[in-house]
Amino acid sequence: MIAIERLCLKFGAFELKDVSFRLERGAYGVLMGKTGTGKTSLLEAVCGLRPALSGRIELDGRDVSKLRPAERGVGYVPQDGALFPSMTVREHLGFALELRRRARDTIARRVDELAGLLGIAHLLDRSPAGLSGGEQQRVALGRALAFQPAVLCLDEPLSALDEDTRDELCELLKSVQAATGVTALHVTHSSYEARRMADKLLLLQDGRLVESDPSALRAEPPRRPNRSESPSVQEGRA
Amino acid sequence: MSARAEPTHIVPADSPFYAGMLVLSGAYVLMILTLLYAMATFTTPGHLWRALGNEEIRYAIKLSLLSCALTTILALWVAIPVGYLMSRHKFPGKNLVDAVLDIPIVLPPLVIGLGLLIVFQLPIGRALERVFPVTFAIPAVILAQFMVACAFAVRTMRVTFDQLDPRREQVALTLGCSRGEAFWRVVLPEARRGVLSAATLAWARSLGEFGPILVFAGATRMRTEVLPTTVFLELSVGNIEAAVAVSLIMVLAALIVLAIARVFRLRRGGPV
Repeated sequence: MIAIERLCLKFGAFELKDVSFRLERGAYGVLMGKTGTGKTSLLEAVCGLRPALSGRIELDGRDVSKLRPAERGVGYVPQDGALFPSMTVREHLGFALELRRRARDTIARRVDELAGLLGIAHLLDRSPAGLSGGEQQRVALGRALAFQPAVLCLDEPLSALDEDTRDELCELLKSVQAATGVTALHVTHSSYEARRMADKLLLLQDGRLVESDPSALRAEPPRRPNRSESPSVQEGRA
Repeated sequence: MSARAEPTHIVPADSPFYAGMLVLSGAYVLMILTLLYAMATFTTPGHLWRALGNEEIRYAIKLSLLSCALTTILALWVAIPVGYLMSRHKFPGKNLVDAVLDIPIVLPPLVIGLGLLIVFQLPIGRALERVFPVTFAIPAVILAQFMVACAFAVRTMRVTFDQLDPRREQVALTLGCSRGEAFWRVVLPEARRGVLSAATLAWARSLGEFGPILVFAGATRMRTEVLPTTVFLELSVGNIEAAVAVSLIMVLAALIVLAIARVFRLRRGGPV
């Protein structure tokens, strides 16, 4: 569960004021808005990577507003995966558990389980260099899910992928979310992704957040990634 | 409507551009090779053997290698945290600190030696000297080398950390790392090529350091004599063959370190 209450963020001239929303446990929230409206900043605030001026962030019933990123229990998948060049795929999947001093066989079991779930078992001994964009995002997703976080934050995770790979990963994200029951907050520019993924649609406009019904988004064919666009909504904006 | 033919645009040939580049680059590479050739042909294997057989020169080689190694380690211990803080954090007076860090690079080396000498004439310097003699002793050699070498290592590490994507470090924080763990386990392994470059640069600067060592540590044979000091001492008594032979030893040492660093860098690969 993610509950944000009257959150205020300020960086330079940009400001987000009194942002509030709630995502129930196991829900898939999609956050949309034009470039520069603060989607990524809001996501970073949830992860603890950007300090909030005021407000409250509650994750899975726990107030994490003052906690460091490591203490929040949030899995984070950035746009480009941000894999660690000095680690193999296996080391990526085991990293968070190693930090938590889990036993070696527990880590090995979890790595195998994740590799099977994400279809990357054949990549376990590879380093990130040479992996395709889709493979990198699968590894980044596995790394974020390894410690079984209650919340998963995804920052345009599919924007750099071709359409076929994007479709595959949309399917994968939905099935992984169903299997793990994680609450997901997914930032995107793509109405297509929002229609496919969202249980709840959140729109950032002029420094304010409005909730909307994902089915209100115009049906659009899947498009080329990396287009900066404003989501178009027919009706029912909350 | 028929399209009007555009007047032909004549694009200048690319060859003059590359010719200019090649002439300038080639001239500089040729100058370096000529310098090495002149030194190599001026001396004979006999001169080299005689130089290596001289006990004072053997002491200078040993002191040079040891002091350069120690200086490199000390420079890295300082340069890595300074470079990281300057690259990743904003704080009041950062521009001033940045300018201060460049002072050893822009100051004439002799002035650095003189400055160190004066510092050790202050009450705090004298008090330190009573416990741990520095001036005109081996620690003075290392401190003089460190002052300059560290500034170059700091610059290299700052550029290295600037080039690393901070996003990876942020991901590590969300995965459960403290700042220190993210630094040791994610940032530093990624910066290893920069660390190697900083170490190579610090070592090479230390090996060639002369001015501050002469002023702060003196040029006492079998005590504070390093290889550049030997070249100076041999030249001052007119023994040019020995001076050239010692210079060649320094060239060989520098080439060996550069080759090792290059092989290591190619083998480890990775960014930066």
